[in-house]
Amino acid sequence: MAKERMLSIWFFVGLILVVMGTIVTGTGVYFLFKPHYTTVLAHLHPNLWWGLIMVIAGLLFLIPSAKRDLRK
Amino acid sequence: MVLQITWVDWLIILLYFGSVLGIGFYLKRFAGTGEDFFLAGRKNSAWVAGLAFLSANMGALELMGMTGNTYEYGMFVAHFYWIGAIPAMLFLAIYMMPFYYSSKIHSIPGYLRLRFDEKTRVLNAIAFGVMTLLVSGINLYAMALVLRTFLGWNWDACMWASALTVAIYVAMGGLLSAIFTEIIQFFLIWFGLILVTILGLIEVGGWNALLERLPPAMSALWSTSTDPANNGMQVTWLGIVLGLGFVLSFGYWTTDFLVVQRAFSSKDLRSARMTPVIASFFKMALPFIVIFGGLIAWALARDPSSNFSLLVEDGQIRYDSALPMLIKRYYPTGLIGLGVTALLAGFMAGQAGNISAFNTVWTYDIYRAVIYKKGSDAHYVWMGRMATVAGILISVVTAYWAKSFPSIMDYMQAIFSWVNAPLFATMLLGMFVPWITPDGAFWGLIVGMLSSFGMFIAVKMHWISASVLTLSHYASDMAANFWRAWWAWLICFTVTIVVSRFTKPKPKSELVGLVKGLTPVPKEEGVPFYQRPTVMAGISIACFIVLNLIFW
Repeated sequence: MAKERMLSIWFFVGLILVVMGTIVTGTGVYFLFKPHYTTVLAHLHPNLWWGLIMVIAGLLFLIPSAKRDLRK
Repeated sequence: MVLQITWVDWLIILLYFGSVLGIGFYLKRFAGTGEDFFLAGRKNSAWVAGLAFLSANMGALELMGMTGNTYEYGMFVAHFYWIGAIPAMLFLAIYMMPFYYSSKIHSIPGYLRLRFDEKTRVLNAIAFGVMTLLVSGINLYAMALVLRTFLGWNWDACMWASALTVAIYVAMGGLLSAIFTEIIQFFLIWFGLILVTILGLIEVGGWNALLERLPPAMSALWSTSTDPANNGMQVTWLGIVLGLGFVLSFGYWTTDFLVVQRAFSSKDLRSARMTPVIASFFKMALPFIVIFGGLIAWALARDPSSNFSLLVEDGQIRYDSALPMLIKRYYPTGLIGLGVTALLAGFMAGQAGNISAFNTVWTYDIYRAVIYKKGSDAHYVWMGRMATVAGILISVVTAYWAKSFPSIMDYMQAIFSWVNAPLFATMLLGMFVPWITPDGAFWGLIVGMLSSFGMFIAVKMHWISASVLTLSHYASDMAANFWRAWWAWLICFTVTIVVSRFTKPKPKSELVGLVKGLTPVPKEEGVPFYQRPTVMAGISIACFIVLNLIFW
């Protein structure tokens, strides 16, 4: 029986950043259409752009590691 | 209750808990042998080991404690990240790692057995085990405090929930689990907390505008260190350099198995040497979260129009509330979940680091060395899992004890000066002086540790004044810790040399690979410059110098 290969740590890092970033971006989109400014600088919509940055960073980890791990 | 958590924030927090538990279950199948469980199979790249090396150090202190200390002491706290870390990390990489890695040991006490003898190894293993569980208790205490204070959760319930989570995933995957979750924590901390600094700087008008609001005592790194009356820590540059920069820093970064264990998990010597070098760059960058955060909180708290203040409990300012109060100020729903998760991840990964180091030292350096020498590999893996659970339970008991100390940081520094400061003298002499004897090392270590503990008790019980240690009229707890570490190191250093002069050294043939002059120097030819430990260490030290000059 072939020994199972371990998924790399970068796969898990990418996955978590993408999922969490998507949730944060989702709240940003919600506040964009239903403004609810209870925090300082909320008008800058930090959820929206920070969530997107997380998603992009996550994809940069996830896609290469997924390709590499699946090829194995 | 400070932070209002909505269901979206809960979703992110639960996602984190589910992820680390899931990773623990997934990695259990890859942690069947002792080499896998205790050293993650010795197949990690320099980047994986490097990020884990730093993350193991980024526990409760790194986040809330240091931000709170910055609010209290100002820019001076950056010394803990720069002179209090970088030279020692690079010294470990360039000069000490070849001895550690080449001897294929499982732990730091394992090196002491090869270089000296069994009694020195067991002495250090016991001291390390006790220290590690104490520090692990701090993590638990700090985490439970955060959850109770800022989220209103029950102190006991959240402490036990987090302790059980750590126990489960470390018991299943060992060091492999700990390293995986430490790297995830590394990214969550950066993504979860650097936004506080970004938004804070936007609000105060940028870095220069922030500096204009700060008095010299808050914004200076070295220029106020000639007179202890001029800086919040009440310590001179000599105390910083000798106590923090030399003894405490080198004692922690070069001999504390919690961090060095991550380098041992590297796939080869070059990766092991690159591990602390890579970590040093990120260590240097951490003040951009914690120091900047503390300074922003200080500036906002003195601006009445900002309506910002720290938490006050029983008439006392809670300095460690600086970071959570900034999160509350800037983070809307969703980001709050991310910020709280970053703090939780920091606490849990720090605790997992302590427990994974403890289970290795207990299993290899106490249980196998003293109690049961003839067990199978599978038996020792089983013992490692049991030690994980037992270590967590002892940590919980320790956490209740930690509540009686007024400051988390003072507590940490006190413990390090008891154990790590004298050990650094032993290691330094052991690695670089061939005629140091096993008896010299053993008695030096014992006298060094006892003298450090004795000085701590003597000051606490008011038998002597702290100013006797600090050689100054000003003697804050922090200054006393720095100086106590220096004296303990010096005592250990002296006793080790004196006893070695009158006792028998080991033959040189037994010291090959363990002592400088008897160990081949690692070659770097044919390796690209960016993969050469010495070149990258040079770049790191240059960055360190530039940062100190900028913030002088």
